[in-house]
Amino acid sequence: MADVSLREITKRFGATLAVDAMSLEIPNGAFFVLLGPTGAGKTTTLRLIAGLERPDTGEIQIADRSVLGETPAERNVAMVFQQYSLYPHMTVRENLAFPLRSPILRTPTPEIARKIAEVAEVLHIAHKLDNRATALSGGEMQRVSIGRALVRDPEIHLMDEPLSSLDAKLRADLRIELKRIQAAVGATMLYVTHDQIEAMTMATHVGVLDEGRLVQVGSPREIYENPVSLYVASRLGLPRINALPAELFAGAPAEAKTIGLRPEHIAHGEGRPSRVVRIEHLGDQTRLHLTLDGHAIVTLTDVHTDLAAGDTVAIQPRNALYFDASGARI
Amino acid sequence: MAEIVIKNLRKDFGDFTAVQSSSFTVEDGEFFMLLGPSGCGKTTTLRMIAGLELPTSGEIFIGGEEVGQKRASERDIAFVFQMFALYPHMNVRGNISYPLVSQGMPRAQVREKVAEVARILGIEGLLDRPVSGLSGGDRQRVALGRAIVRNPKCFLMDEPLGALDAEFRERMAEELRSLHDRMGATTVYVTHDQLEAMQMGDKIVVMNHGVIEQFGTPQDIYDKPTSLFVAEFIGSPSMNFLRFQGSIEAGATTVDLQGTAMAVPAARSGFRGDMVFGVRPEHIRLSDSSGYRGEVVATEYLGTTQIVTLRTANGEVKARIASDQPAAPGETVGLAFNGATVTLFEAESGRAIPSALNAGGASDG
Repeated sequence: MADVSLREITKRFGATLAVDAMSLEIPNGAFFVLLGPTGAGKTTTLRLIAGLERPDTGEIQIADRSVLGETPAERNVAMVFQQYSLYPHMTVRENLAFPLRSPILRTPTPEIARKIAEVAEVLHIAHKLDNRATALSGGEMQRVSIGRALVRDPEIHLMDEPLSSLDAKLRADLRIELKRIQAAVGATMLYVTHDQIEAMTMATHVGVLDEGRLVQVGSPREIYENPVSLYVASRLGLPRINALPAELFAGAPAEAKTIGLRPEHIAHGEGRPSRVVRIEHLGDQTRLHLTLDGHAIVTLTDVHTDLAAGDTVAIQPRNALYFDASGARI
Repeated sequence: MAEIVIKNLRKDFGDFTAVQSSSFTVEDGEFFMLLGPSGCGKTTTLRMIAGLELPTSGEIFIGGEEVGQKRASERDIAFVFQMFALYPHMNVRGNISYPLVSQGMPRAQVREKVAEVARILGIEGLLDRPVSGLSGGDRQRVALGRAIVRNPKCFLMDEPLGALDAEFRERMAEELRSLHDRMGATTVYVTHDQLEAMQMGDKIVVMNHGVIEQFGTPQDIYDKPTSLFVAEFIGSPSMNFLRFQGSIEAGATTVDLQGTAMAVPAARSGFRGDMVFGVRPEHIRLSDSSGYRGEVVATEYLGTTQIVTLRTANGEVKARIASDQPAAPGETVGLAFNGATVTLFEAESGRAIPSALNAGGASDG
């Protein structure tokens, strides 16, 4: 395991700027999550570190050595893809052993057996070692492909949305498991996703990407509570932050163009009267869809509220976030 | 627009019973969800309402008329499929007009209707575009337009958002629901996604193995599940199940869990044997004064709240608490449950034990 650093990395594909002067420090042992929508440059960043793409300019270092001249194998990184790719004709044990038997690593047989036993234990697949890969459920297959990365003890694990093809319950289980495994083995991890829940629940560090640029890095709490821009503020939080014209409520700073209101920033009972459009009962929370001067606002209310569509609710901001015309936080 | 009444509806495919004996009513103007895992019979039920399958027995009334054995074309319904099928050689206008033109409606009237539907859906600017170049969302809007334009008695939708990615799905769900609020058309909507069902539905039918497990409003089903299946299927994270052996008398307001007396809603009938103590994550607090202990296994930050996973003597438990409340893996803490919200289940049958909370509000199909 090692520190990984990117300095001023730029990568174009024809006219498209996929990664734009990105600088990134991933400390040893970090669970670093890159969060962004499709096309933000997440997967390209992973591929640049893995050596599957070459940057146009910039420097990539692993454990303080430049790796730009090295092949993917020499870089000693492990990659887990969105679609688990196991060898279908092999057992789970053979799949796990495969990377260790590579000509570069040439691991001795007893060492292979020891590592597989260890990883199988951590991933709760010890009882499945002699099953064919094809005889596993989706969640087990994805655990085996994660296991195949873990047996190798690489400098860094690169994970490209490994949970996105799984169903919701399994995803929730594996989120906890992956975080536990990462902490248990002290792995350095770079994990890319468009799913804010994954970023918030697993990361020690979150990096938010916007069209190839890294716009903020911090702990999940820092990113949620202290976003640098409206873009970052809208990446985290459900229901999504309400972005409204600043003049809708009194008290905005002069340079503010937009007021950002998360549900916890909206106080009920006083302030401007808004009309209830719809009430959504999600069970553990009840969402209130409001309209104020033609602007839609979504907030939360008591789970068993008496409010109904057509009612009026007075609302006012409380510790709101303000943004200027460029979207930067004030 | 019309009310839909389903009475003792059954469908067998050879030896396999897809739908056992369903009865429910979709009121005029309601957005009604058929929810369940794959293979539960929800799509078969919808296809019987549409006339794409004939029931083995039972009755279907649409607007007061029994249509169970009638052809789909005689039922005046509109069906929206998961994969929005558009005519690729026609433009948007051609696709939306098609049902009207094939009915022989005069051209001027068709133009007028299409313009109105395009305005409702916000696709006026697309009418003369070929459908091949459209985004997924616009294709779905065109498919909806083709369904709406006929003014059918009701809309039947089979996972219409299933093929879309998460972020876009959320937006289309909102759009679909606000379209419904403007038009007020009776809609029956099939989904396996509990969040989608809770978010959009006025009423939900939860199905499992061809049987209706529960029928009610989203909040009622969430608060008062009548079976372990429903309690687990609805809500994320799902309801915690603490398994224990014990007994409760009619009228009792506590049960004994690992030597701790736990408050529960007054029982309406007694039970002795293997039971499940069901409590939702948001109704658990961490409290030093509670004698019921658990070890923190994991914490998941979610902004204003966090999910704490704990190991207890009765199995793993998830609590949803404020994110500023400290909880660290490895710590042993006390757990307090909000007794008024607890549902007790018979472990073997999976049925909820009647209580002051659920008796009266509960219904089985």
